[in-house]
Amino acid sequence: MKSLRRIAIVLVVLASTARVLPALAASEGPTQPLATVQQAAAGLPSLLAQLPDASYAEKRSLIKQLLELHDARVPRVLGALLDGGMYVRLEDHQVFIVAGEGSVVELTDPLTGAHVGSAAADDLGKVGVNNQIRKELRIRLAQFALSDPDEGIRLNAVREMLRAVDPDSIAVLRERLAVEPSAAVKRDIRAGLALADLDSDDVKVRLAAVHTLGESLNVDVYNRLSTMVQSAADGGGESDAQVRAAAQTALRGIDGKRKFYSLIQTLLYGLSQGSVLVLAAIGLAITFGVMGVINMAHGELMMIGSYTTYVVQLLMPQHIGASILVAIPAAFLVSGVVGIAIERGIVRHLYGRPLETLLATFGVSLILQQAVRDIFSANNRPVETPAWLAGSLQLNEVLAITYNRLYIIGFTLGVFLLLLLILKRTRLGLEVRAVSQNRPMAKAMGIRTERVDALTFGLGSGIAGIAGVALSQLTNVGPNLGQSYIVDSFMVVVFGGVGNVWGTEIGGNALGMVNKLLEPYSGAVLAKIFVLVFLILFIQRRPRGLFPQKGRAADG
Amino acid sequence: MADAAALRAEAFTGRLWPALQADRGGRVFLSVLAAVTVLVPLLNLIPAAGSALHLSSYTVTLLGKYMTYAMLAMAVDLVWGYCGILSLGHGAFFALGGYAIGMYLMRQIGARGVYGNPNLPDFMVFLNWNELPWFWHGFEYFSVAALMVLLVPGLLALLFGFLAFRSRVSGVYLSIITQALTYALMLAFFRNDMGFGGNNGFTDFKDLLGFSLQSPGTRMALFLVTALALGGTYILCRFIIASRAGRVIQAVRDAENRARFLGYRVESYKLWIFVLSALLAGIAGALYVPQIGIINPSEFSPANSIEIVIWVAIGGRGTLYGAVVGAFLVNYAKTYFTAAWPSMWLYALGALFVSVTLLLPNGVIGLVKARFGRPR
Repeated sequence: MKSLRRIAIVLVVLASTARVLPALAASEGPTQPLATVQQAAAGLPSLLAQLPDASYAEKRSLIKQLLELHDARVPRVLGALLDGGMYVRLEDHQVFIVAGEGSVVELTDPLTGAHVGSAAADDLGKVGVNNQIRKELRIRLAQFALSDPDEGIRLNAVREMLRAVDPDSIAVLRERLAVEPSAAVKRDIRAGLALADLDSDDVKVRLAAVHTLGESLNVDVYNRLSTMVQSAADGGGESDAQVRAAAQTALRGIDGKRKFYSLIQTLLYGLSQGSVLVLAAIGLAITFGVMGVINMAHGELMMIGSYTTYVVQLLMPQHIGASILVAIPAAFLVSGVVGIAIERGIVRHLYGRPLETLLATFGVSLILQQAVRDIFSANNRPVETPAWLAGSLQLNEVLAITYNRLYIIGFTLGVFLLLLLILKRTRLGLEVRAVSQNRPMAKAMGIRTERVDALTFGLGSGIAGIAGVALSQLTNVGPNLGQSYIVDSFMVVVFGGVGNVWGTEIGGNALGMVNKLLEPYSGAVLAKIFVLVFLILFIQRRPRGLFPQKGRAADG
Repeated sequence: MADAAALRAEAFTGRLWPALQADRGGRVFLSVLAAVTVLVPLLNLIPAAGSALHLSSYTVTLLGKYMTYAMLAMAVDLVWGYCGILSLGHGAFFALGGYAIGMYLMRQIGARGVYGNPNLPDFMVFLNWNELPWFWHGFEYFSVAALMVLLVPGLLALLFGFLAFRSRVSGVYLSIITQALTYALMLAFFRNDMGFGGNNGFTDFKDLLGFSLQSPGTRMALFLVTALALGGTYILCRFIIASRAGRVIQAVRDAENRARFLGYRVESYKLWIFVLSALLAGIAGALYVPQIGIINPSEFSPANSIEIVIWVAIGGRGTLYGAVVGAFLVNYAKTYFTAAWPSMWLYALGALFVSVTLLLPNGVIGLVKARFGRPR
């Protein structure tokens, strides 16, 4: 969404400069073949040139003509005029927008918005306006913003007007309400009108206004209603008891809604934290869950993924935005290859001895940690966040979610679905499942179990690497990154049910949500301890996890 | 009653002697331990400092520390080597024992702390607490602290083991939840609000039972007590292993379901050996803290507990004395490496983990036995 809008803005700017440049070139030449074609655009410069010498009455008519051009550059010009930032250069009668104070000021071309140098303040004359024009300009500018095709700009305009409601803006808002297509903008306009109605002398009007305001989540509205329910003696309080009671009810309603939205926010945060857990655990669900191999170096494979992201960013410092997209396959490959090396070198010799595997891979994790310390230093490495991952999505006035949280939820889901696809729909997946169910039988059927083992381990490790890319955007990238996730990852896999990728997905998200729901009451650390204790107790009740694999073996 | 006790005592010695006679490695271990126990104080106290034969107090403390580690390793070997329960959380019992004695030592500081508060340890004054939390009461008495050294790890192991073994959580699942247990405890002890000194734990101890911890005499006494405890632990474990119950425990390790189908209550045997092991770990922790002079939450870290397991694996699991050998070897190597090449230590430890599991499934003791042992 955001990047789209940014592109749109860039396009608009490009288009407007493309339109202006030929016009400027044409005005320099002796012949003007393009003049008639460019008349609409050329109207703006000519109208602008007339502004400095016009009388106040003429200025009003010029402003009217400017507005009729429906040019995207008009608000800038009029805004400058309103703020008293429009000046004319005395020697050549060129109009500029001026910024800065003092004897030397910076000049901006009102047509292109480009910086065009500086000038001595004494060489410039101010283009003056009177109060009547100022008032008109304010309304016209608001109107202009209100008729913008972009809903976001309209919303901002309405909110801007809500800050200080006066009769003029009320008139503009009423006008707009009739033609406004967007429900969100309409809602805000109604809130604005109702705010103004609160000053009415008519009790009925005030009562109706309070009822309307009960629908709004705006902070200004909330503050206004709060002052209304104070006793009249404190000043600002509502004199009529009935209206005050209505305001009380409205406030209670708003509080309820706010609680509801903050619950949704908590749940979304929980979902995103759960997604991090799932991402960390899902590779383990393959190596531990499907193959039955305890890989204590799993966390370090994630760490390798994070460091791969860092290295990719070092290699392409000009394209941080794209670096993440490059890092995902790169991390998959690097971690996958390291994983296959671990499998071929160590784990292969220890199948059927899970406790020994655990110890040997823990040794590998120590070696990898120290290797990273020696190669990259023991300090955390800075991994940049691309612009398209920053910022947040404002759903309404009380509910905002940062983009990286949304991305992590979507990304985890994508990785999960991809993994499911590989396991259920590819030949490798079929072979993996066959080997995990009955190794000797799979071998007898001609499956090369050694190769399948190596590839499965590589797949699980590669996914750990991808998780590392995501983690590099969320936490510090340092040698201890893996260690802090290893216990959690194992708990998620065991909780969800070993050998079950679905269980990991659901289990991880559930744990993340429980954690976030507890946090407001107990603090982050205690919430985590509660979750761990809960898990320990849960495994006693259901040793095979949420979704156990069905089987007939007595020993498992 | 007295007769019964005498009978039981006779049964104990009656079974222990044959057990020790069949146990060549154990005899070697106990002889070496006895020699060390006699020689170390002599070499420390009699030759003048600077003489080639003199053993510095630093070395004595180091040996004492290794001995507490050896006790801890033996506790892990008891459950892992003989009962097949791989606990990745034994560091927690060790640390709990250490914290219990640490609380006593903190109370002994009294008004000698930085803030000079006669009732509150320094960290509580620092946190602006006004009175002692309820669970600190009684820790001014050594007897209470000593009881807690046993009770806290023992009860935790009893509760945890009861739940885990009853629902037949075994193998790697048990390992993972023991790891989660110590991880949760670590997080909890890191919190300042818990009342255990948070991040910094306890340190700056002054005296134990009225004797200054700095004096060479106290240090020597602690060393001797630790050596006796190590020897006692070995004899106790050997006796248990040689007993009837010990054989059932080994049967559980080798074929849990078969033992169950033969009518043994597998869960009870596992629970009891687990609790016993936790008690031993707690005692080891209580001996460790006064000698080292500090206890903090990092003792609970899961990596620490895994390291204990590798001591046992390197020495050779299922031999008891192997655990001692492993604890001494690895910790000596750690002391040496972290002083000589700090960055090499993790490589060395990692390589040890890998090579021992791949190449030496029976550890150093297995290697020695294959060389010098009588053919079976």
